[in-house]
Amino acid sequence: MRKTRREILLSAGKYILLTGTAAAGLESLTGTASADTTTPASDGYKMADHWWGMTMEVDKCIGCGNCVRACSKENDVPEGFYRTWIERYHVKEGDMEHPTVESPDGGMHGFPPTSTPVDKSFFIPKLCNHCADSPCTQVCPVGATFVSPDGVVLVDQSYCLGCRYCVQACPYGCRFIHPTKNVVEKCNLCYHRITKGLTTACCEACPTGARKLVDLKNPKDPVHDFLRHYKVQVLKPHMATHAKVFYKDLDGSVR
Amino acid sequence: MVHAIPGVEGFMYPNEVELQWGLLVVVYPYITGLVAGAFILASLERVFRVEAVKPTYRLALLTALAFLLVAPLPLQLHLGHPERSLEMYLTPHKESAMAMFGFVYLWYLMVVLLVEIWLDYRADIVRRAQSETGLLRIVYRVLTLGSMNISPASLHVDERLGWIMTIVGIPSAFMLHGYVGFLFGSIKANPWWSTPLMPIVFLFSAMVSGIAGVQGIYMFSMWVRKKTIDMRCVDTIGTYLFYAFIIDFSLEMLDLLHRTYESSESFASLDFMVHTRLFTSQIVLQIIVGTLVPLAILAATQVLTLAEQTRKRMYATASVLTLIGIFFMRWNVVIGGQLFSKSFLGYTTYKLEFATREGLLTAGVLMILPLFILWGLVKLLPPWTEETAS
Amino acid sequence: MRVSFQDAKHLISLVGLFAAAVGVFVILRAAVVPAGFGKYGHYRAGAIDDNRARAVKFAGQGECVYCHDAQLQVRDSGRHKTISCEACHGPQAKHVASDGKEKPAKPDVIPLCLNCHEKDAAKPAFLPQVVKADHYTGTTCSDCHQPHNPKM
Ligand code: HEC
Ligand code: HEC
Ligand code: HEC
Ligand code: HEC
Repeated sequence: MRKTRREILLSAGKYILLTGTAAAGLESLTGTASADTTTPASDGYKMADHWWGMTMEVDKCIGCGNCVRACSKENDVPEGFYRTWIERYHVKEGDMEHPTVESPDGGMHGFPPTSTPVDKSFFIPKLCNHCADSPCTQVCPVGATFVSPDGVVLVDQSYCLGCRYCVQACPYGCRFIHPTKNVVEKCNLCYHRITKGLTTACCEACPTGARKLVDLKNPKDPVHDFLRHYKVQVLKPHMATHAKVFYKDLDGSVR
Repeated sequence: MVHAIPGVEGFMYPNEVELQWGLLVVVYPYITGLVAGAFILASLERVFRVEAVKPTYRLALLTALAFLLVAPLPLQLHLGHPERSLEMYLTPHKESAMAMFGFVYLWYLMVVLLVEIWLDYRADIVRRAQSETGLLRIVYRVLTLGSMNISPASLHVDERLGWIMTIVGIPSAFMLHGYVGFLFGSIKANPWWSTPLMPIVFLFSAMVSGIAGVQGIYMFSMWVRKKTIDMRCVDTIGTYLFYAFIIDFSLEMLDLLHRTYESSESFASLDFMVHTRLFTSQIVLQIIVGTLVPLAILAATQVLTLAEQTRKRMYATASVLTLIGIFFMRWNVVIGGQLFSKSFLGYTTYKLEFATREGLLTAGVLMILPLFILWGLVKLLPPWTEETAS
Repeated sequence: MRVSFQDAKHLISLVGLFAAAVGVFVILRAAVVPAGFGKYGHYRAGAIDDNRARAVKFAGQGECVYCHDAQLQVRDSGRHKTISCEACHGPQAKHVASDGKEKPAKPDVIPLCLNCHEKDAAKPAFLPQVVKADHYTGTTCSDCHQPHNPKM
């Protein structure tokens, strides 16, 4: 694999910082040994065999809100916050920069019928993009959020300080502070499900297959055909976060 | 078509409606800025041997220390789990600007500031450890770290080492506040923050606020102590303030110009904000009241020959206005950077609370606390040149 | 000025103080940093297990088929075949774990159908849509449509 920005930074950071006070100590303090991820857990799940992501077929999304409700039930998402949500876009002919967007309660209760006639409209389901080169994990001061060896951006809620730096760093608005736990909360791609062979709650509940959990390391996963055949896009590609949620039929006005 | 969420105009991502960083995170760079600025002023005297500002040298060091001690408090208070904050030192994440800031802070506090103050005051401390009685005697004895040696040769060692510490200290102070700017400037998701100019703008505004702060504190303390103000000193500081301010203002204008001309993706959003939600804090308080007016006052002191009393009043006014202006500069960066959606399609509102953990009251206490600490420090380690000279 | 070692001796306690502080830090660190920190990267390895520990609430399509062949047959014969059982019936892990004893709540039919089928410009054309006011006749949708295969 190529050297990611993460690794380059890591080594650069090391040298710069080693000149600092805690010089010698720091290295041992924060040693980044990468242990074996190929040994299976007690239930046979091997992190090294997976690299999770999702595909979104925008033209299949009917905006029913099933995913938002399912997610909220599966993960006890606090009211008023969303690990996944749906946006409804209205775009006037060619006016890419001024779409009208709404997401009442994140689309949890569906959408009220569009009242005014519009040129083009569609739904965009969103969730954490599980970026491989994520700005949110980069800024965490203590290592309470990280990309797991199988490519899921996870939060260690027993270690999180609640400093909110990661919330600021996420370009997509996917993170929030849990109102009672006071730690950061976000989509963990139903890590408890996908590591047991189930799909995520949102994908389970999606009636049209607009969203599909994919395993980019599984050679049999249809995602490989999908990515080879269709023209796909990630959200905010200029952020260069190596997002792993691939959108098919994405309109350019979506941000 | 658009659904009304109170305080929200247009579209925010659903998790964005509430601001993450409030008033306390405004106070934090403000305080760190005062520290860095005060220290740089003190260092000027030492490294460049500017005799004129000598009366403020020690006062500036103590001011820096007083504010530096308080600097982490606003951060602590805004954490969801303050009890876990030690993790920043125990398992610092090397890629995180915030984690590394912890070390920059420690370095600056422990190595630079405390050592420099100790070296500078050592002779006084030793003398006091011998002359004071009771509890104070014990305090000073502890502060001597067990050595009563104040032979000229040992003081010469202190002087040399102190000078080296100052040399080390200047880049450290630059780093301290440049780093605060970097905390914001490195967030690529936020176009209001994400600019390489951010650390530099923060640095110069820090110098401006620190110089204005020391000027104000010096004049105020002389007034309280009913001593005469050293006019040569305040004139010199006034000149520094003027020049630092010009650089700071030019940098900010450069940034503004650049953004306006480039008019990239986010510009419409930011422009709208400056004309609406940020109008009072940005245009009125930061730019007009907090920058143009003090700059005009300072410029007047530079070009006109004015009576002493007038100059004093002008310096005092300029300092206070500058401090207000820089405070709102921090406000506009921190709060302003969160009022718009990262979709650039909408705006939210900051609800300032009063008597909550992150409210106005706490912020007020945190702003006043360093002044009390400074008062204590001044009692313990008097910085006044008239007395130490005797 | 000639400076002897004696004149710099007071600095030793200063250095000592720093050494002590660093020492305390190192000891504290060894004692407090959680086990498994840094095993896979700069985080607590146990956090991965914590994330896995949550209980599953949506049992998954695969479970229902064991006991509900009848409904499955019906569903798969119509256009609702892409919709998983729990998309309409909600999370049923408890129902499965109790061998069907814990009964699922009855779906609230009208809002259920309308979330998906209410006409909206943003909905894709392949989805059959109705305008509630025009289509709804006062009875509930399932009076006319069999939810598992709603074709009339
Ligand atoms: C272990 C066998 C079993 C499995 C697996 C199972 N069910 Fe059932 N289910 C039952 C039984 C038995 C009943 C009948 C209860 C009764 O009628 O008293 C039932 C009844 C139901 C009912 C109707 C309740 C009512 O009001 O009459 C629904 C809806 C239902 N199941 C949904 C599901 C779904 C969805 C799944 C898949 C997640 C599922 N079941 C998996 C055994 C099972
Ligand atoms: C499109 C939504 C939808 C889907 C998909 C769906 N159901 Fe249902 N199901 C309903 C509704 C609505 C009712 C209740 C009908 C009523 O109350 O009149 C129902 C009733 C039932 C019942 C009660 C007995 C009956 O047959 O009426 C069972 C059992 C059941 N469903 C099982 C399943 C299983 C198993 C699946 C998956 C293969 C499934 N359902 C998929 C909507 C759905
Ligand atoms: C979770 C979303 C969802 C729910 C809930 C749902 N449907 Fe559907 N329904 C669909 C989709 C999607 C299709 C079209 C599937 C396709 O063609 O790919 C469909 C198709 C239909 C059709 C056309 C069938 C045909 O053969 O032409 C009817 C009628 C219908 N649904 C009625 C209902 C009724 C009545 C309910 C409530 C009991 C209901 N649906 C609940 C998603 C839903
Ligand atoms: C009185 C019986 C009746 C009731 C009640 C009823 N429908 Fe229908 N529905 C029909 C008939 C008949 C058709 C097929 C003829 C047509 O397309 O109008 C139909 C067609 C549909 C279609 C397919 C339309 C298309 O364009 O293919 C959908 C979707 C649908 N119904 C949804 C609903 C929903 C949702 C409800 C509940 C709010 C509901 N229906 C209630 C009788 C009913």
